[in-house]
Amino acid sequence: MEMLSVKNLSISFGGLRAVDSFNITIQKGELYGLIGPNGAGKTTVFNLLTGVYKPDSGIIILDGENISGKSPIEINKAGIARTFQNIRLFKNLTVLDNVKTGLHNQYKYSTLAGILRLPSYYKTEKLMTEKAYEILKVFDLDKEANTLSANLPYGKQRKLEIARALATNPKLLLLDEPAAGMNPAETEELMKTITLIREKFGVTILLIEHDMKLVAGICEKIFVLNFGMELANGLPQDVLNNPEVIKAYLGE
Amino acid sequence: MKKDVMKVNLSKDTKYNLITIAAIIVAYIVCQIMIAAGMMSYLMKGLLVPFCYYSILAVSLNLTVGILGELSLGQAGFMCIGAFASAFFSKCSVNLIPNAFIRFTLAILVGALAAAVFGVFIGIAVLRLRGDYLAIVTLAFGEIIKNVLNTIFVGYDSKGLHFSLKDAASLNLQEDGVLIINGPQGITGTPQDTNFTVSTLLLIITFIIVANLINSRSGRAIMAIRDNRIAAEAMGIDVTKFRILAFTITAALAGVAGVLYAHNISSLNATPKNFGYNMSIMILVFVVLGGIGNIRGSIIASVILTLLPEYLRFLQDYRMLIYAIVLIIMMIFNWNPTCIAWRKKYSLRNIFRKKTQGEV
Amino acid sequence: MSFLSYLIKGISLGSVYSIIALGYTMVYGIAKMLNFAHGDIIMVGGFVIYSLMSLAGLNPLISVLAAIVICTLLGVTIEGIAYRPLRKASSLAVLITAIGVSYFLQNVALLVYGSNPKSFTSVIKVPALKLAEVKLTITGETLVTIPLCIIIMVILNLFIKKSKIGRSMIAVSEDKDAAVLMGVNVNKTIAITFAIGSALAAVASALMFSTYPNLSPTSGAMPGIKAFVAAVFGGIGSIPGAMIGGILLGIIQILSSAYISTQLADAIVFLILILVLLIKPTGIMGKKLHEKV
Repeated sequence: MEMLSVKNLSISFGGLRAVDSFNITIQKGELYGLIGPNGAGKTTVFNLLTGVYKPDSGIIILDGENISGKSPIEINKAGIARTFQNIRLFKNLTVLDNVKTGLHNQYKYSTLAGILRLPSYYKTEKLMTEKAYEILKVFDLDKEANTLSANLPYGKQRKLEIARALATNPKLLLLDEPAAGMNPAETEELMKTITLIREKFGVTILLIEHDMKLVAGICEKIFVLNFGMELANGLPQDVLNNPEVIKAYLGE
Repeated sequence: MKKDVMKVNLSKDTKYNLITIAAIIVAYIVCQIMIAAGMMSYLMKGLLVPFCYYSILAVSLNLTVGILGELSLGQAGFMCIGAFASAFFSKCSVNLIPNAFIRFTLAILVGALAAAVFGVFIGIAVLRLRGDYLAIVTLAFGEIIKNVLNTIFVGYDSKGLHFSLKDAASLNLQEDGVLIINGPQGITGTPQDTNFTVSTLLLIITFIIVANLINSRSGRAIMAIRDNRIAAEAMGIDVTKFRILAFTITAALAGVAGVLYAHNISSLNATPKNFGYNMSIMILVFVVLGGIGNIRGSIIASVILTLLPEYLRFLQDYRMLIYAIVLIIMMIFNWNPTCIAWRKKYSLRNIFRKKTQGEV
Repeated sequence: MSFLSYLIKGISLGSVYSIIALGYTMVYGIAKMLNFAHGDIIMVGGFVIYSLMSLAGLNPLISVLAAIVICTLLGVTIEGIAYRPLRKASSLAVLITAIGVSYFLQNVALLVYGSNPKSFTSVIKVPALKLAEVKLTITGETLVTIPLCIIIMVILNLFIKKSKIGRSMIAVSEDKDAAVLMGVNVNKTIAITFAIGSALAAVASALMFSTYPNLSPTSGAMPGIKAFVAAVFGGIGSIPGAMIGGILLGIIQILSSAYISTQLADAIVFLILILVLLIKPTGIMGKKLHEKV
């Protein structure tokens, strides 16, 4: 069953063609890797998929729904969540509140109910808090629930960002360099966590990474992007041994 | 274990808010006792209502500046709308609704609603703007409101409402006509319905509204927008809706302050002194010195900074000068990185900690 | 008075706004701060010229030069004492401090000169030009102001583009940290920016108070705000934008004052600003800022 189907996605900035005819099909529940040298256009692809940029051409279909050209808010409601290359946590909110903002569209009550403290406020807040703790537990962050997210060590901040994205109950989760800045031990743990959340939350995952150990370790399929264009796409053992791919990373 | 942690969370904020409300009530009671015992100077008595409406202005501005994270220099404009709309309503209905309590309550709603409408306008106007551009538009808005209300002539008679931008005569009012807004002379003879009790009550209500908003789903959304707009959008938060919401609530509460102000003076005019950008800036200074995002601090700062110039009267001409110098020094002391590090090092907490850990 | 004469009056006022706006836009573009006290430096310049001319009897040219020197020193001093310590702080903190500086300047002037408006004697001795055919009289002040504004803008543009200091200004405005790494002395660059801005403010004050001779401690505040509006109008950080914004604003203000109402002239100016920003959020010549996601 196809979760994501992208055809001919392209965008240019000024004279530079940042992404050129990007095509990908991701099956439900797949763990797909997106790799390529720096500046290849990987984050741009993410930005196109999440509506931060509007594509010049191409179609994006998520779980049967055409989401091309929609706004980031609509796309999140349709079922895509993401993390960012440079961590974008809500620095002045606690760990718990960061996850609760992720739950914004999952548990609702009106502003008026909040101000007047109607019963729906107490009922829904309780459910939100319980759900938030549930998610934090998976990432082993529940004990730091009341810590200001800015005070977390770097590795935990990255995990919190993933937790927050999962709170939005996505069908497709985009992770932008989740292991950036992590040491080997942390990366091991991240690999286990990503595999775990795929099972536990039933999400399809597309991740950008430079750490080849992680990519080779958990990705079921890999897409290689270079200069905005497809260089290779397929099973890890084929892609990672492809001489063109090796040349792109290491040079002549 | 988990349930206990959760309970602490919910009541820590509530406790803080209840203490603040209790403190306001206690202060109110103390003031009333002092008045009854004749212990309060005429000067102080006259400041009690201003304490309340300046506090309301500061708390509501903190919602936009501290919680939404946008600089608004137009608070005076919203206050002006609330003042004029409510004064207009009160004057017109003085015969229709002789019961002051009902009439004033309606006047408050009128003022709040009128200001809220403009809050929506502003929210929409600044949707695509950020930072200083947004600030200048809010300042421009405040000036426009003040200017227009200073130039307009409005009256009513048996034929209905009449407007003019020229003068009172061109309204062509009938014999039984009543002139309500007289250009630069504004509105005179507004019923003096404001008193300390009502003002304190409205301050408490304002505090509750803002505090409850912060500790709710909508409050988290607004703060998320402040901390990282792009991430907030990626979480499916409707940035437009919540920005407009923040501006509207800020405006409505500022309008309420305007209602209190208008019904506390005999003659209401839209002069640069009371509704110009200087007033907006003064409120901003209250918010900044009380702590951006700290609504309890806004109240404390408003009271102290309204009181201080009066107590510094003996310094007379040098008063505002000292005020300005103190402001500059306080800003540097609070925000300069070297000063902040110095403060952290020598803070009382650190001194105590060093003592218990043995001499360092 | 005819439409043409109003137009010229508007361009003249607009030229003064442009010169003030240049100071604002340079400081904003390079030091990334809103110098709320800029308008009050104009007021100080006006009082210096007034004191030297009317009270000490010095000739106009020396008075203006003295004002330029004093304002420049004042601007640099303010930057060093009040703004530099807060360079790493939030822009809101700097704005509030600038407001404090503004009140400080106004109150010092109030203490020294009192609140009664002073009558400023024009520094411009150029006689008015009478064009009988079109029934037009162009004041001497206007004859000096408009060309002077153009000259200043051209010189400033050349200075920024060609000189070493000018290029370091551009560097600091684009990326402060990178500029430091390239060996640019950021402190010196910003100080010079304030110096130029303040010098321009002094020139503007000479021109403005010569045309509108009402001088009091609060005389600088509103022109300062209007000039900031002009800078935003034209796109803050853009020198040609400051010029366009200033001139347009002057024209709008005078025409509104003449044909609609003096009272509402300010309101109309501000309303047009809001409308322009609604359509073009970064001002007429402003650059779109792309946030990296």
